[in-house]
Amino acid sequence: MKTINNSNYIDGLKSGIPIAMGYFAVSFTLGIAAKKVGITAAQATIMSITNSTSAGEFAAISAIAAGTSYFELAVMQFVINLRYMLMSCSLSQKIDRSFPIIHRFIMGFGITDEIFGVSVSRKGKLNPYFTYGAMSLAIPAWAMGTMLGVIMGTVLPGNVVSALSVALYGMFIAIIIPPARENKVLAGLVAVSMVVSLLFSKLPFVKSISAGTKVIVLTVIIAGIAAVLFPVEEDDTDAA
Amino acid sequence: MQHNIYLYILVMATVTYLIRVLPLTLIQKEIKNKTIRSFLYYVPYVTLSVMTFPAILEATNNTYAAAGGFLLAVLLAWFKRSLFQVSIAACAMVFVLEMFL
Repeated sequence: MKTINNSNYIDGLKSGIPIAMGYFAVSFTLGIAAKKVGITAAQATIMSITNSTSAGEFAAISAIAAGTSYFELAVMQFVINLRYMLMSCSLSQKIDRSFPIIHRFIMGFGITDEIFGVSVSRKGKLNPYFTYGAMSLAIPAWAMGTMLGVIMGTVLPGNVVSALSVALYGMFIAIIIPPARENKVLAGLVAVSMVVSLLFSKLPFVKSISAGTKVIVLTVIIAGIAAVLFPVEEDDTDAA
Repeated sequence: MQHNIYLYILVMATVTYLIRVLPLTLIQKEIKNKTIRSFLYYVPYVTLSVMTFPAILEATNNTYAAAGGFLLAVLLAWFKRSLFQVSIAACAMVFVLEMFL
């Protein structure tokens, strides 16, 4: 068992490398934003270690600068980060049930878009140590990037930051495309999701919906319709 | 700022952690309902697709460079290159294209 956990941890570290790179770039810009409103390197770093959520932290920084109330900040974070709840539901079914509940409390801390992505796409049941491996590179990179962004925001050239900022999307693509190649329903689902997402960002009225809300609404609707039209057989749901 | 920054951080960290940990710890049993199982199986694909596109096009300094990175990533992912390779290639593509665009 111990060697299985170890090899899962190492696999997790490997998946954590591209995540860490992307996080570094994104959190670097987060640090620059924090510095602009007078948040110190220590404060920004603590924020990143305890939250690890890009959209949530960006929104919080402007809200904090505006002197928002604690309650408003709480509601705002709830709305922006609600998508993690869906991911958490999905992961709850994926985790190897032979592990005690304490692992779920630790893994919960690491549910970001990217760590969720690599965890849920593991073959078979999910060994928590895989997620720990990804977390142990990704979260420090997120925190380090934030800190360095505050301290030396202008040192990293703009074109490097720009290039690195697609790292996370590249990863998402590497997660969703290979299974879509094997399964027509998934391929259709990926294509439909992207097209609808594009429409939602261009059409009047709906384009004013925030990115976080858009993800939740579209996920519930599209995955819901797919579940009714194309129910998955018992064994397949573990292979995600 | 008359508010305490550390209290702000505590508030946001608490809310965000609860969102993440509650379903994971409260839903311990295996869900038997076929429709819900299917829904949860489809969730990641829809979520990641919606988050990737068209957001990737706005992530860089130049939209066309981002589009190039996107297409290269899809191509490499189709041929089952690793997460790391796909990711790096997309970055490199953007970096190179932005020198010319």
